[in-house]
Amino acid sequence: MESDANRILDEVTQGDYKYGFVTDIDTEFAPAGLSEDTIRYISRKKNEPEFLLEFRLKAYRHWLTMTQPKWAHLKIDPINFQDIIFYAAPKKKKELASLDEVDPELLDTFNKLGISLDEQKKLSGVAVDAVMDSVSVKTTFSETLSKHGIIFCSFSEAVQNHPDLVKQYMGSVVPYTDNYFAALNSAVFSDGSFCFIPKGVRCPMELSTYFRINASNTGQFERTLIIAEEGAYVSYMEGCTAPQRDENQLHAAIVEIIALKEAEVKYSTVQNWYPGDKNGKGGIYNFVTKRGICKGSHSKISWTQVETGSAITWKYPSCILLGDNSVGEFYSVAVTNNHQQADTGTKMMHLGKNTRSTIISKGISAGKSNNSYRGLVRISKNAVSSRNYSQCDSLLLGSLCGAHTFPYIQVENKSSIVEHEATTSKISEDQLFYCQQRGISTESAIGLIVNGYAKEVLKQLPMEFAVEAQKLLSLSLEGSVG
Amino acid sequence: MNMLLQIKNLHAGINGKEILRGVNLEVGRGEVHAIMGPNGTGKSTLASVIAGREVFDVTSGEVLYKGKDLLKFSVEDRAREGIFLGFQYPVEIPGVSITNFMRTAVNEIRKYKGLDPLPGGDFLRMMEEKKRLVEITSNLTNRSVNEGFSGGEKKKNEIFQMAMLEPMLAILDETDSGLDIDALRIVANGVNKLRRPDNAFVVITHYQRLLDYIIPDFVHVLFEGKIVKSGGKELALELEEKGYDWIKNE
Repeated sequence: MESDANRILDEVTQGDYKYGFVTDIDTEFAPAGLSEDTIRYISRKKNEPEFLLEFRLKAYRHWLTMTQPKWAHLKIDPINFQDIIFYAAPKKKKELASLDEVDPELLDTFNKLGISLDEQKKLSGVAVDAVMDSVSVKTTFSETLSKHGIIFCSFSEAVQNHPDLVKQYMGSVVPYTDNYFAALNSAVFSDGSFCFIPKGVRCPMELSTYFRINASNTGQFERTLIIAEEGAYVSYMEGCTAPQRDENQLHAAIVEIIALKEAEVKYSTVQNWYPGDKNGKGGIYNFVTKRGICKGSHSKISWTQVETGSAITWKYPSCILLGDNSVGEFYSVAVTNNHQQADTGTKMMHLGKNTRSTIISKGISAGKSNNSYRGLVRISKNAVSSRNYSQCDSLLLGSLCGAHTFPYIQVENKSSIVEHEATTSKISEDQLFYCQQRGISTESAIGLIVNGYAKEVLKQLPMEFAVEAQKLLSLSLEGSVG
Repeated sequence: MNMLLQIKNLHAGINGKEILRGVNLEVGRGEVHAIMGPNGTGKSTLASVIAGREVFDVTSGEVLYKGKDLLKFSVEDRAREGIFLGFQYPVEIPGVSITNFMRTAVNEIRKYKGLDPLPGGDFLRMMEEKKRLVEITSNLTNRSVNEGFSGGEKKKNEIFQMAMLEPMLAILDETDSGLDIDALRIVANGVNKLRRPDNAFVVITHYQRLLDYIIPDFVHVLFEGKIVKSGGKELALELEEKGYDWIKNE
């Protein structure tokens, strides 16, 4: 009976990746390998000011003194950085005034993913900054946004047009010394997104970026910087799907968020990069540093992530709660299947008084995968009367997968309260039978049950994302049966 | 064809232990059958085998549904062909609203029949109509499937789902157990309102009580894996009066 249920789960959970296709667009590569010359090449190509080249070189020199971290619950094959091409940009680089000028093949790729720029633009009122292989192809709605004084552009454009803001904030939340992959990113980052919401402005639309790794054997080093001035609000969505590849691809991004007094930033991610095949061959290495600082009092940063892709995920979107009465939130669904590995969670650093944080983590493991939650809640001596609530649930599909929870809690004052709850459960044969008896296929039943389990997190997502995320959850667990 | 379900000399069990030892039963369209019997004689096993639960092994015998070999169908295809099982212990599915659950079920059944999904508005109207039919007044349908439901609410929810899916053959497995008299009346009314000349009900019950509200055409007594006695509705009263010892002693 037990083995039968497992067999069914195994069958339906071993699906193939449905987004595996390659767009054939002319690409310009940097020479393979990493050296000061590579960095100078990137910086020159991008026509960067001197301070940025220096920042890159300092980061690179620091990176050389570091070694890859080993503390995560992950098995990582050695990465040969000399084999990686650190910069790839589509060759046809010109100003685009309308979507008509975008390469039709590129548009077709987005259409295959069901995220047609055109449709997005017309129907949902979402400004889309589509990043394909490191360089922004098209930024939409920037005119509407600029009326409110909002800056939403590629990182490269920000470097050219707003160097002072970049200089002031870049590296202020994630310094290049932070960790191995952050140092690497700081040295070689190619492009990314930049967002600035001025004082008192409520961003009138969801800002959205679709990332997509496309050129073969190219590391992708994105850098995102979001600044919300006093009383500003923005909801930012990041979504990703990558074409199928055999070689492992390294992705080491940095996201920095700065929230000033009474500002609020909501950052949502749906991540669906190529997870490798059923035997664990290929797939993206996703080593990301995401961190926000609630700098002013009563500010708020909220991270919501749905992680279904990548061969290896190493990611801890965190909040530094510096301002008094500031709030940090982390909502996460992480799905691993086949041979995927995920070590993800958050850090909530309470520094200000009356700071509050909430952590809701839902792990779902299937196949032979391993899924770990790793979270740190630190309440410093001065963060009096602070509160944290953490809930970490694991759902197992089948008997060959693993779920692990590593909570770290440090409380340095007596007036704060920290709560931690954790559960582990399995999809029961009773639940499956009940659904099937109502005419629902096993695949749909698993989709329903998993979405129900993850509901608390999914409801945090902006409407535009929630539907996509629900489909993705079912898709990444279901596959080709039926 | 008037015959809906034909069970011929059915033997079935679990983990090598035989529970059904040669069951014979014929259910025609428009009929209500009651299956009674002491605990542990195979009533729920019979229901599970008809629904296709995989943990039970059919060792011999035949089950024909609309003249087709039912045992060859998967659980979901049996449901899509019109077989409904009202569970004795409905399971909780946290976070899945009854609306979403039913919409998935209705649309998968429609797909099986080659029909397009029901538009959202039509579906919601159907929900309201069926809620009225089975006298569910609360906002049960906004809640997660069976999560935190009382015993009575769970059973009402089963009847509501039955109304939504409009089965040809509904098997109610001890739907009356643990119900107060009001809930019992709602459950029974639901069944009575759904009776049609072309469908059939098999009501499994331990007590005669439910049969005051749902009047069966036939009553069968299942004992030690076999139907040992069949009769009209008066058999239920006789059982109530004499107790199951009467069957055991015969």
